[in-house]
Amino acid sequence: MARLYEYQSKKILKEEGIPVPQGDVASSPKEAGKIAQEIGRPVVLKVQLWVTGRADLGGILFAETSKEAEKKAQDLLGKKIKNYVVEKLIVEEKLDIQSEMFAGLTIDDTSKAPCLIFSSVGGTGIEEISQKYPQKIVRSPVDVLKGFKDYEARDMVRKVGISGKTMLFLSDVLVKLFALACKYDARSVEINPLVLTTDNSVYAADCHLTIDDYAVFRHPELGIEVAREFDRPPTLLEKIAYQVEKKDHRGTFYFFQMVDDVSPEGKYIGFNGAGGGGSMMSMDAVMNKGFKLANYCDTSGNPAASKVYRAAKIILSQPHIKGYFASGSGVASQEQFHSARGLVKAFWEDNLNVPAVIRLGGNYEEKAVEILHSYLKNVPARVEGYGRDDSSEFCAQRLENLVQENNFHSHMVPPWQEPGHDFLSSYSFETVTGKIFIHHQKCLNCQTKGCIEACRAQILELENGKPFLNISQEEAQKGKCTECLACELYCKFHEQDALFIHLPIPGLKEYRDRIGKED
Amino acid sequence: MSILVNERSRVLVQGITGREGMVRTRLMKDYGTQIVAGATPGKGGREVYGVPVFNTVGEAWEKVGPIDASVIFVPAALVKNAAFEAIDAGVKLLVLVPDRVPIFDVLEISNLARREGAVFVGPNTLGLLSPGQAVLGMIGGRAQSAREWFQSGIVGVSSRSGGMTSAISYYLTKAGLGQSTILHVGGDAVVGLSHPEVMEFFEKDDQTKIMVMFGEIGTTQEERVAELKEKGDITKPIVAYIGGKAAKEGTRFSHAGAIVEGSAGSHESKVQRLEKAGVRVVESIFDIPKVALKLKKNLEE
Ligand code: SF4
Ligand code: SF4
Repeated sequence: MARLYEYQSKKILKEEGIPVPQGDVASSPKEAGKIAQEIGRPVVLKVQLWVTGRADLGGILFAETSKEAEKKAQDLLGKKIKNYVVEKLIVEEKLDIQSEMFAGLTIDDTSKAPCLIFSSVGGTGIEEISQKYPQKIVRSPVDVLKGFKDYEARDMVRKVGISGKTMLFLSDVLVKLFALACKYDARSVEINPLVLTTDNSVYAADCHLTIDDYAVFRHPELGIEVAREFDRPPTLLEKIAYQVEKKDHRGTFYFFQMVDDVSPEGKYIGFNGAGGGGSMMSMDAVMNKGFKLANYCDTSGNPAASKVYRAAKIILSQPHIKGYFASGSGVASQEQFHSARGLVKAFWEDNLNVPAVIRLGGNYEEKAVEILHSYLKNVPARVEGYGRDDSSEFCAQRLENLVQENNFHSHMVPPWQEPGHDFLSSYSFETVTGKIFIHHQKCLNCQTKGCIEACRAQILELENGKPFLNISQEEAQKGKCTECLACELYCKFHEQDALFIHLPIPGLKEYRDRIGKED
Repeated sequence: MSILVNERSRVLVQGITGREGMVRTRLMKDYGTQIVAGATPGKGGREVYGVPVFNTVGEAWEKVGPIDASVIFVPAALVKNAAFEAIDAGVKLLVLVPDRVPIFDVLEISNLARREGAVFVGPNTLGLLSPGQAVLGMIGGRAQSAREWFQSGIVGVSSRSGGMTSAISYYLTKAGLGQSTILHVGGDAVVGLSHPEVMEFFEKDDQTKIMVMFGEIGTTQEERVAELKEKGDITKPIVAYIGGKAAKEGTRFSHAGAIVEGSAGSHESKVQRLEKAGVRVVESIFDIPKVALKLKKNLEE
């Protein structure tokens, strides 16, 4: 669920005809003063943050005049509330409240329908309301094919004892609320409080809207940066990761950081799960061993080796982790050697100095484990690969032992390496998300020409002892080259190290540079 | 018997000419599934691995006769239309493989399916497999692996994780326990057949004697299973594992459905609720075969 801020939600409400208090959003004291002046009545200033209980945290202030509003805005903007810095405020008219109510929508997995909720009391959380005043709350699952009719809305409002004009106002809000939920693919809507003023008007005084992640593509106008459930704005590294995911649809790559700062003392590890259930089970297993996760990550659904490589590079951009744990369900349908190759390239490039335990059970696991073991025996830290007959608990124990043997040594994030000069001028072709360079000069010393056979896609061919594409550059770029990394690993470990696959990750170089400076 | 699919099921593949559709058709056929037709708009007249392709599901039905199940491999944004088409044509079992189907689309499919007496598995599912008979979707990845990993027997497996569907079934096979049907309900917040509905199918199935459930935090599926058990609607023994013990509230862990909202759907509450209803909840996946073997012994005595 991609969350919207209150000001974004209110903008949508207003457009869809649900009354909201007069006001606007401000990012400077001046703007706040100007909005207050336009309103010309006492106003309320509310910080725009994803925290609950803003009033108790000092995030809601009142002002009688525009001067006062400007001053109070000055106090609020830039203030830190629960780790978030206030960047935006809503400045809006202060309502004369007669009573507070609640209107909302959730999606109910039991009835497999959207469910409208209305309560004649509001202000506090809906769970509290349903406990304290169960008779004042009505829920109504909606038939999506039929839609939500005005008479159904009136019936909901009538059930909590509201009649007359107010009932008509409120039922109108409910009908519009359902319409906008459908229009914007809302995962949830919460208008709380829905205020009845002393002059008997109805206003949405506060509102929160979340959008279905999977439907964000239908709503570019919302400008959602990272379409993922978060209870906070995304971190820089998460944004970098999300761009990787967005540009490459071969398999999923889901990444988020579990802590703001990985402390050097903590027993943190980089976590790379595969498949939702397997990832969660593996997470439970390592946490049972007293490890803490710096991040959660899930690479699954048959990701290309290049995608797993990028995931590993992003995970390894977190300083102070003590180890790397990769584990899935244990019996994956996907060909596991792709993941193995992605990890090898990342670990090798970063000269991994914290231990890694990789549980790659599933199709072709023997080959996957063999790739890990044979190619990573020379990195400073120990890397152990396991298969379907080794439990995640056992693997977590192995990591525990290895981290101890490694004296709880912390991971240092190395700078990002661009391809060397000698490569830049060599033969090259583009792939779906990167570029392959072959230093033909070096190939002259090659005995085996093994890259040709390593390429299962069979797109490399020898010409005068040097490998070239046997298809057009366009075909390679469109996906004939699967970015399986087999040619590079073969050449690096068995031959002349003449082939380099450059897989850029926008923003990661700068990110790593910054971390290097901070350390 | 198995549930939902067997060697006699006549199966259609929607989106059969796409990359995913082709690869999975091959797996399904190799495993023995009766794939009678495929459908891709505008590609009628072709063949994929010997399967005739038609422009619409209706045309396929006309030409090859009744269709029991349709497996859908079209882009997420087109799943709703494909599902509507299959339901309208009269197909009663749908498997929606794609990930990232918008939730309102799923609600509409669900609504139409209910009206027409159809059921669906997914979205975001690896599908289902009845060992030795047929597979719908992509469980096992390769027919050879699927034959090796899964064997026919008395355990019904229902899982919210695709990988774990295979993993649990493989560990059962290794312990000498075969499966009646294994089914991945899908990882989304709203799915067609959810755990309680699958359990009800298993309850009615003669072959199934023991049921295994891989649950996760979030949604009400496991709680509803507990309810059925308490009411006596389910009498067969259930072994369950609930993932996400270490998950924190308000954050989604991979699956769209795996999110704890408020106090509902947490690991602790699910485990308590299930245990109270008499479901055996284990701490490790590797305990599932052990407990299942004991249950089998009890049943034989
Ligand atoms: S294996 Fe390496 S050195 Fe040998 S031909 Fe291929 S790219 Fe050149
Ligand atoms: S050229 Fe061949 S071996 Fe190399 S990455 Fe591409 S597909 Fe793989």
